Amino acid sequence: MPLLEVRNLRVEFPTRRGVLTAVDDVSFSIDEGEVLGVVGESGAGKSITGTAIIRLIEPPGRIAGGEVLLAGRRIDNIAPEEMRHVRGKQIGAIFQDPLTTLNPLYSIGRQLAETMQTHLGLSDRDARARAIRWLEDVGIPGAAQRIDAYPHQFSGGMRQRVVIALALCAEPKLVIADEPTTALDVSIQAQVIALLKRLCREHGTAVMLVTHDMGVIAETADRVAVMYAGRIAEIGPVRDVVKGARHPYTEGLMGSIPSLTHRVERLRQIDGSMPRLTDIPRGCAFNPRCTKVFDRCRIERPDLMATDGPTRAACWLYAKGEARDAA
Amino acid sequence: MPLDAAAAATEARPLLEVEDLARDFDVSKPLLFRLLQGEKKRILHAVAGVTFAIPRGTTLSLVGESGCGKTTVARLVVGLYTPTRGAIRIDGTDMATLTSRAAQAPVRRRMQMIFQDPYASLNPRWRVGDIIAEPIRAFGLMRDRGEIEARVGQLLRQVGLSEKDSEKFPHEFSGGQRQRISIARALSSNPEFLVCDEPTSALDVSVQAQILNLMKDLQQRLGLTYLFISHNLAVVRHMSDRIGVMYLGKIVELAPGETLFARPLHPYTRLLLEAIPDLEMTGRQRTPVGGEVPSPINPPSGCAFHPRCPFANDRCKAEAPALVTREGVQVACHAVEEGRLAA
Repeated sequence: MPLLEVRNLRVEFPTRRGVLTAVDDVSFSIDEGEVLGVVGESGAGKSITGTAIIRLIEPPGRIAGGEVLLAGRRIDNIAPEEMRHVRGKQIGAIFQDPLTTLNPLYSIGRQLAETMQTHLGLSDRDARARAIRWLEDVGIPGAAQRIDAYPHQFSGGMRQRVVIALALCAEPKLVIADEPTTALDVSIQAQVIALLKRLCREHGTAVMLVTHDMGVIAETADRVAVMYAGRIAEIGPVRDVVKGARHPYTEGLMGSIPSLTHRVERLRQIDGSMPRLTDIPRGCAFNPRCTKVFDRCRIERPDLMATDGPTRAACWLYAKGEARDAA
Repeated sequence: MPLDAAAAATEARPLLEVEDLARDFDVSKPLLFRLLQGEKKRILHAVAGVTFAIPRGTTLSLVGESGCGKTTVARLVVGLYTPTRGAIRIDGTDMATLTSRAAQAPVRRRMQMIFQDPYASLNPRWRVGDIIAEPIRAFGLMRDRGEIEARVGQLLRQVGLSEKDSEKFPHEFSGGQRQRISIARALSSNPEFLVCDEPTSALDVSVQAQILNLMKDLQQRLGLTYLFISHNLAVVRHMSDRIGVMYLGKIVELAPGETLFARPLHPYTRLLLEAIPDLEMTGRQRTPVGGEVPSPINPPSGCAFHPRCPFANDRCKAEAPALVTREGVQVACHAVEEGRLAA
């Protein structure tokens, strides 16, 4: 049984000009201890998928359909009070900006201790001792002295380390990390990613890593889901998605990333840009930008299907009977 | 013929020369606070003496992490800041000798800047046509309305937009399209030199590829010279002929792009290259280097990188290394110079 299972998730935002579907019929699962990367460009719905799972979508946004199962138990329909215990205890969250995650008025020690006391029922002394251990574990120098410091007294990289400690300290089974390193410089980013990888391996925590940076995913994730216009375009083992993408969008996306190891005269470019949620094209949402488009793509919307590789892609090229003439 | 000789000299002369350029910012508390609390003035050395030149038609990139001074260099070069020390020469003309706006105008026309945030750099109340025509009007390059309109249309087509877009407002465009508008505006005064400050870091990768390709095409077609500022080494590698790596206001290594990536010399360059996640690196294990960039208000003594450097010794703590040229690569590092650190 997978640790997290998302089935046909649909998230809608009612607006004056009609209902926008930000996440449209998305299904995937994460096994225990697995790192699933979710990539996509801005507006692809990757962050919304993450926040929908922990039910932190800002109203008027709402989950309009589908199921979310954590260890076989539905969590999308439980009472908000119960959901509060799931968040933190069973699912930890790391967001992009550590300054908005941490409460500026509480010392970091107090924030860590409070989290552990709420979810683990520790005594004051135990919680404090464990908070110091966590700060040491995430590599904060002089943890015992700095435990009473406030968030503004830390640098950006150090703050993100505190946020990681905060997300992991109640020992959740799953962490949802939404662009955890986007606000950081490259050398700090490398430190934070290495830290997150080590801690999750040690504690057997599964991670849903949401980011726009393919490089981060390539290094960290076991599997990756590529999102486009609110749907998963392709999902599969990270190496196969990076090296042998089957969906034309994924293929174009990989080609458009400048590489450090080899230089090309021109980058592969996908013309146009992702459609706005207000005017998602009929059929496959990628069809106006796709170089391999044919009639069926403009009419029928493809679901994820098996391809000739190890990945699954939402592309009619791989429907039975269509595959050969495209190759 | 003497005329040809003069032309050849112009060809050979770098379009931009920057010599020992520095810029300090006063970040002290107000005077009264300082007097009451007995504090000294606090000076931030954003750029602490950089020297480089860009030959015509080529691209020099400056890379580094936040706070290393790369954007300040860009702003100094286009004249948005005045230098504390040092000289900027555009095509042989020292900008410091041109004191009045009128004297500067002919040189200013030849260089333009593209900014990072396409949402903040276009006036939301102006139509795109007026935004693009502003440099033409400001420098008085054309007077006739029809002529200006034709030129704006031509510029829009050149950056992959439609002539009709000149009637629209910036909010009607996506981030990538806005950056195209910024480029069209920058090109409208027929510049030879563009300063690009993180032109694609606000954009998604597929759009970034479009903009980078466009910039390369324009460079080839119009023979432009670029000073390219970015924190993204992969983008920099794609765009540049030569790359300067900055750390705390100084250039620590300046080398041709291919050389820098094949044989990085300075320990900081090695750290940067090591730290960047790359598509090729799936499943890679690595040892990240610890530490963070120190504050430029109180930079470490000697070589500013020594607290994070695995090769630092006593000399590095005491004495700041100078930029030394070896085999076409400029590098400021005692360990490399002494041969302690293998190339």
